[in-house]
Amino acid sequence: MSWAFYLIAGLTVAGGLAAVLLKNTVHCALALTVAFAGLALFFLQLDAQFAGFAQILVYIGAVAILVVFAILLTRGSETPKDGVFSKNWFAGLAIAAGVFAVLGWAVLQSASVLPRETAAPTVTVLQIGNALMGRYVLPLEIVALLLTAAMIGAVIVAMHEKEGSK
Amino acid sequence: MTPLSGYLLVAALLFSIGLAGALTRRNAILVLIGIELMLNAANLNLIAFWRYGPHPEALTGMIFAIFSIAVAAAEAAVGLGLVIQIHRHAHTTDLDAINRMKG
Repeated sequence: MSWAFYLIAGLTVAGGLAAVLLKNTVHCALALTVAFAGLALFFLQLDAQFAGFAQILVYIGAVAILVVFAILLTRGSETPKDGVFSKNWFAGLAIAAGVFAVLGWAVLQSASVLPRETAAPTVTVLQIGNALMGRYVLPLEIVALLLTAAMIGAVIVAMHEKEGSK
Repeated sequence: MTPLSGYLLVAALLFSIGLAGALTRRNAILVLIGIELMLNAANLNLIAFWRYGPHPEALTGMIFAIFSIAVAAAEAAVGLGLVIQIHRHAHTTDLDAINRMKG
């Protein structure tokens, strides 16, 4: 456990906490970006350079911008007067705490059987490209179809309906 | 503590934070943010298991995480489109106020 791990872990968890706790929705979206950046740093630290840069491109570049656009289009940055948390917030918090307790217990219990430090794998983009075009070509095509369908679906769902016409 | 269990603990914490956000916030966009955090925590698990697993040269965990990132991007686009349409229809994104599916 190096100091870099604790630094990135603190940054990521702080970003995640701020993303769900802050009152102003725009601030939440910016904190979410910090959490995404922390996760990208984790991926880079785990020698998964391609996944790390894909995380930066897709999440920080696209998803965070999309969230900010949605907030501005829905005027969601105005804080409602009866609080930002729902009526049954306590039940939600209890469920989340229970889930974390179970997951943390499972991880700590199995610490002795988890694999130890191994040599860093060397993964080149050429290898990833060969894998995507060889062994994983069918999932790649399905993801391409899914992305196309999602884009068309999102445009149709959000398209403005003219008054009186169905 | 092995390095892998450190990553798994951070991912569990992040997943729980996302779950708490998705369950307790009123704004629909904040619920989507919580879901994104949960998806990202799962990705961190995939990458960590790939890195410390017995066969990292097989690339399975990393390819799975890359596909998961692509699916999450599609999910975010559709989810936010739905939120915008609900806001146009009901003039609110407060999930406590939207309690019927009939138009």
